[in-house]
Amino acid sequence: MQYEVVIGLEVHVQLKTKTKAFCGCSTEFGKEPNSQACPVCLGFPGSLPVLNKVALDYALRVALALNCQVQEYTKFDRKNYFYPDLPKNYQISQYDLPLSRNGFLDIYIEGKAKHIDIRRVHLEEDAGKLIHRDEASLVDFNRTGIPLLEIVSEPQLNSSQEAYEYLTTLKNIIEYLDVSDCDMEKGSLRCDANISLKKRGVQELGTKTELKNMNSFKAVKDALEFEIERQTELLGEGEPIIQETRLWDEKEAQTVSMRTKEEAQDYRYFPEPDLTPFIISQDKIEEIKKAIPELPREKMLRFMRDYGLSEYDAKILSSSKKYAEYAEECMKASNNKNKKSIANWLIGPLASAASDHHCAVPDLKILPSELVKLVEMVDLEVVSNLAGKTVVLTEMINTGKDPETIIKEKNLIQISDTSALDNIVDEVIKENAKSVNNYKTGRGNALMFLVGQVMKKSQGKANPKVVQDILRRLLK
Amino acid sequence: MVMERELYKLTAHKLIEKLNKEEITSQEVLNSLKNRVEDIDGKVKAYVRLSGSPFLNRTPKTEHQKSILAGIPISIKDNICTEGLNTECCSKILEGFKPPYDATVIKKLKEAGAAILEVKTNMDEFAFGSSTENSFFGSTHNPWDLECVPGGSSGGSAAAVAAEEAIFALGSDTGGSIRQPAAFCGVVGLKPTYGRVSRYGLIAFASSLDQIGPITKDVKDCAILMNVISGHDPCDSTSANIEVPDYTKSLHNDIKGIKIGIPKEYFIAGLDSEVKTIAEEAIDKLKDLGAAYKQVSLPHTEYAVPVYYIIATAEAGSNLARFDGVQYGFRAQGTGHRAQGLIDMYKATRGEGFGEEAKRRIILGTFVLSHGYYDAYYIRALKVRTLIKQDFDEIFKECDCIVTPTSPTPAFKIGEKAADPLKMYLSDIYTISANLSGIPAISIPCGFTRKGLPIGLQILAKPFDEEMLFRVAYAYEHNTLWHKMKPKL
Repeated sequence: MQYEVVIGLEVHVQLKTKTKAFCGCSTEFGKEPNSQACPVCLGFPGSLPVLNKVALDYALRVALALNCQVQEYTKFDRKNYFYPDLPKNYQISQYDLPLSRNGFLDIYIEGKAKHIDIRRVHLEEDAGKLIHRDEASLVDFNRTGIPLLEIVSEPQLNSSQEAYEYLTTLKNIIEYLDVSDCDMEKGSLRCDANISLKKRGVQELGTKTELKNMNSFKAVKDALEFEIERQTELLGEGEPIIQETRLWDEKEAQTVSMRTKEEAQDYRYFPEPDLTPFIISQDKIEEIKKAIPELPREKMLRFMRDYGLSEYDAKILSSSKKYAEYAEECMKASNNKNKKSIANWLIGPLASAASDHHCAVPDLKILPSELVKLVEMVDLEVVSNLAGKTVVLTEMINTGKDPETIIKEKNLIQISDTSALDNIVDEVIKENAKSVNNYKTGRGNALMFLVGQVMKKSQGKANPKVVQDILRRLLK
Repeated sequence: MVMERELYKLTAHKLIEKLNKEEITSQEVLNSLKNRVEDIDGKVKAYVRLSGSPFLNRTPKTEHQKSILAGIPISIKDNICTEGLNTECCSKILEGFKPPYDATVIKKLKEAGAAILEVKTNMDEFAFGSSTENSFFGSTHNPWDLECVPGGSSGGSAAAVAAEEAIFALGSDTGGSIRQPAAFCGVVGLKPTYGRVSRYGLIAFASSLDQIGPITKDVKDCAILMNVISGHDPCDSTSANIEVPDYTKSLHNDIKGIKIGIPKEYFIAGLDSEVKTIAEEAIDKLKDLGAAYKQVSLPHTEYAVPVYYIIATAEAGSNLARFDGVQYGFRAQGTGHRAQGLIDMYKATRGEGFGEEAKRRIILGTFVLSHGYYDAYYIRALKVRTLIKQDFDEIFKECDCIVTPTSPTPAFKIGEKAADPLKMYLSDIYTISANLSGIPAISIPCGFTRKGLPIGLQILAKPFDEEMLFRVAYAYEHNTLWHKMKPKL
């Protein structure tokens, strides 16, 4: 393509504080509309905001995890505009002195690192939610005043894939910090994108459009791809790009013009006089830094180092904090130096069981020590791989019993003793003369059929490897 | 022995004394005041929504009988939230608004046993004005001359106290709205240090300038009321967490050695000659009482009014944005349906709901914050505000307080300045600087013009030194009789 794509993302993240940013109302999601509102968040005359200190701590945690410089002196500003979801008709936000600036985030595209600068991270209040019905528009003020973090990247993303990777990485980090649910469906994470094209090698940025109304990471990717195509076409035809805000229409899979630059609002920002400016001390910054846990990338690298895992396995296991912590407990519960088989179990059968149960792996409530026991019993061929992954694991999840008990109760101990298997193998050879003949004439498949017959006769308990050896010996 | 029907004439501290001695009952006080209001408010019009409203919300609870203000009625300006009582800022746009909560000062007053009058006092709409003429309910009349304004914006509170139809009252002061009407009505009015009294529940005009304060018959009542309403409020981030002294301890008639600064910029052209003479006599009196004084300079005084009208209107424009007809108050008839559109509803509601002066200030405030003008007006105004504050800091290094006239003129005639906003704005020229710099200031009666209109003396001190104001004001009052003079109604 002759054009270079330039994308900047503006991400809003709802912080999961117990109470709102400037009042004591609960932030719980999904409650009856307008049941979580008070004179302050409703903007009643005479009411005044008071900053929720926890919201500030959470915001600082994100800012520091994104390598931002926290500003010593910061303040809130009013962003003035009329809208029915904004009861004061101004939003308490931050303008010229945001609480942090100049951070960065590394993303990895096909193993190659790319450094994305973060312009600013600031704290503001969320607006209410408008619900449009046939005859009227209704406002739910439950969301009004929930603390919202705005994270603005520099325009350094050069493809929809990079934008997607940036969002995934950012979400992953914020989840690790335990300050937001980052659930796009519930609106606790929202993303707007600025996108422009420029000729390769040219310094100056092209005219950008701002994209809104994307409700998933995939929608962000799709909207960007649509917009890249649209802008490429326009430029190819010598048409100008109009600076405007465009809405992503999921159904029609296209972006639609919402308002142009001329219609853009003058927000008349000025310092919020109801909140005094505040100083963030070095001690505070140190305190917050200490509360930042090991982040996904570090964890992945450590898993590779400490447990000898492949990058692929380590990345999957560190994709969520809970998952990673559970995985690590399992690794630690095992005395075996080789952790690969535990990783395989976590990524394979456990992950698919979790998905069947619509929960996360740790929510299956399998004790790490018991999972390790099961893995070892399979590895030592006490129980077959098949029985272990199906019957035993299912029973563990459903009953909470330990694997040894289940194997005993269900009589699943694998028969690896040749003398015990010889008779069954003899019987099978006698009953399947045709297959025996096939095998002898060099058709390999026949052996597997015979192994299957032995397994059947042994009610799945025979060790298939041992059975194969016996068959080979007897049919030589 | 005071007849029951004359109890309204007494100060709060006299009533407290008599109540404590059980010479009178709080019901007698209330009856007396109620009769007085019924007798004379038709002339003064200090209260709004008087007809049809019960006089008192509820009789004070018995458990409060031992509290400092037990049973003392207090009158409240219409912009201070009182739970379940109309609080409309004398604006049509807040028609019928009954806040679901009490302002912090009201909570404190109730805890102290005070009886909050159900009827509120008149004011300029949203406190925009210096004459109480900008009220949706019409003008209040100055008790000393019913053809004159009582000052503003707390004109209702000041006139009610002067006319003895309030024992004492609360006002609010953004640029002089307590002190100027106190001066025009011959009563005591105090604007506390910014942050001394909680603003929670005060319907904001300009958040960085507003303070609630007392309007009283004498200095002692002012100190008693300040004792009750002052102090840190966790609901107001701008309220100061600084201990509140007992202000009545500053009332000891001794100002020997106190250093008073007289700013030369306050005694120039524009100052009425009678006011000048009276203020100078008052300063001489303070000198007689042992105070030392020197002329000082507040070089940025001339910028105070323009700076004020940029900062105050910028904040006001934003503060008043919430009055849009969506949740409470007035909504223009026949609007609000989707068919007519949201923007139409905003326009009709705000167009019909706000008065002229409110519209003027909203437009001015919107302008000074607009893209392209912000740096030239708002940012510059903030810088000059800092310079004005520094002027005061300098003087308080060598002076304990500053004394000036409260207003350059005595009360003017109703309608005289109504058509000329700029002239009206200059009425606050001596009071505005205290709001811009956050310092406390009091106005006390210091004499009368030949026509019998009261004149106020303003005393200013450094932040959180209200004690100095009380000390000087009390000594002056103790040695003069101005505060004993009452209008004939």
